[in-house]
Amino acid sequence: MLELKNISFSVTDDAKHKSKEILKNVSLTVDEDSFVVITGPNGGGKSTLAKIIMGIEKPTSGRILFQGQDITELDIHERANLGIGFTFQQPVRFKGLTVKDLLRLATKKDMRTDELCVYLSEVGLCAADYINREINASLSGGELKRIEIAMLRARGVELSVFDEPEAGIDLWSFQNLIRVFERIRDEKHGSVIIISHQERILEIADKIVVISGGEIAKTGKKEEILPQLLSESPACCEFYKAKTPREA
Amino acid sequence: MSNAQTAYSEDVQDMLKVIADLTGPPAGAYNIRVDGKSVGRQSSSNIEIKSKENGQGIEIYVRPGTKGEFVHIPVVVDQSGFSDIVYNDFYIGEGADVDIVAGCGIHNDGTHLSQHDGIHTFHVEKNAKVRYTEKHYGEGNGSGERVLNPVTVVHLEENSYLEMETVQIEGVDSTKRVTNGDLKDGARLVIKEKLMTSGKQRATTEFNVELNGVGCSANVMSRSVAKGESFQAFYSKIDGNNVCAGHSECDAIIMDNACVKAVPEITANHVDASLIHEAAIGKIAGEQITKLMTLGLSQSEAEKEIVKGFLK
Repeated sequence: MLELKNISFSVTDDAKHKSKEILKNVSLTVDEDSFVVITGPNGGGKSTLAKIIMGIEKPTSGRILFQGQDITELDIHERANLGIGFTFQQPVRFKGLTVKDLLRLATKKDMRTDELCVYLSEVGLCAADYINREINASLSGGELKRIEIAMLRARGVELSVFDEPEAGIDLWSFQNLIRVFERIRDEKHGSVIIISHQERILEIADKIVVISGGEIAKTGKKEEILPQLLSESPACCEFYKAKTPREA
Repeated sequence: MSNAQTAYSEDVQDMLKVIADLTGPPAGAYNIRVDGKSVGRQSSSNIEIKSKENGQGIEIYVRPGTKGEFVHIPVVVDQSGFSDIVYNDFYIGEGADVDIVAGCGIHNDGTHLSQHDGIHTFHVEKNAKVRYTEKHYGEGNGSGERVLNPVTVVHLEENSYLEMETVQIEGVDSTKRVTNGDLKDGARLVIKEKLMTSGKQRATTEFNVELNGVGCSANVMSRSVAKGESFQAFYSKIDGNNVCAGHSECDAIIMDNACVKAVPEITANHVDASLIHEAAIGKIAGEQITKLMTLGLSQSEAEKEIVKGFLK
């Protein structure tokens, strides 16, 4: 359902007058209703790849096909309307816009409290307490993250891209997050791409892609890749092995 | 008057809907002023509205202990070139709890300047509560300017409370809004301003608050959006003269070639005066637009929703 063909992405370092290659000729296929986790060291290009899928960044070269359609030149909202959704690693705050407002914009309809409750309770939030809260600094990072995930769930898109959903959330939220992802995988409705460092999330994957230095270092079924990652991880490094963000 | 709506032109009816949410004569006390004349008035058993002896406005008397009643006093200027000045005095009796809905709309299809200056003075007695809403709006196809210069003076007695919400979203070419307040022991003043300017419009806001009583407090909040070539200036002056708390916040979104100036001033004349001011001016954050675009909104739709939410 998603094909990335020879994606490269470069940025220009103005100070050094040099071009830096963030992604190098990355090709990847995501099947219908599959659950793919992209992992790898920090700075390897994972989040950039996620943004390229959503259209937030445009590749320097290469093509992106979604359900057979070339979407490389499409803008963010055009891709969103085709059925691609995205959660930010650092959720955006808005003065004045409430949880209800954003869910209305996400679903393009006014939802009743009981309808909102379905999505908010899934991420451990009580609709009655949250629907009229502004998406501002009064909400914690964990609450924002959960609202972000609820918004994407409410959209019911064909392809959901989560950029490090575990970043900045507390232990309770993390446990809940894992349950949400397990449910998404079991539902088999649409495909999911998660950028993550967490073993608990890697365990849910059908397919694991390892990106390092802007290239795909490994790709394959979880059963094949995960044991390799865990055995390669040096003793001094808790990367992948962390059970929760707090332990990481 | 049996029906406030039928007596007026369509423009006036539209304006009354926008500024006071009226589609007919309101329940309770009201005074409707069109082009400098009172065209509809009603007192209630607890609220008396009468003309000033000098004919330059009205006096509104709310009996002590009156609860849950509304007073509507909308003003419409429908005649191009008309300049109106009115002095309205409110006397809110001890322990009363009322809502006052004011507002002014100017419809100017002509080439001459139309102006309304409303000077409202509130005397709020002990333990009384007032929620005061004021909407300003301008429209019309003429080249004549639409000018509104409201002045609000608030005297708050012990443990009284006044919450003022002022909204000016569009169509006013020039406005200078001045609000002065003085507070006695335990009194509270909350002001929420929402303002949007576009084109070559100019808007100046001045808040002057004297926190005189023990334990009194004021919270002045302004949210504004400046578009096009418009200019906004926000001056907020809070003096803490006793054990008191004062907070002033100006938050502005600037777009296009607009200019926004914020000058908050706080003065503590007492060691236990706790005063805070905050002012932030900036364009819409790019990441906010990106976020809404990931939900399927175009860039212009995203900007519109962000502004709408900000001024909600």
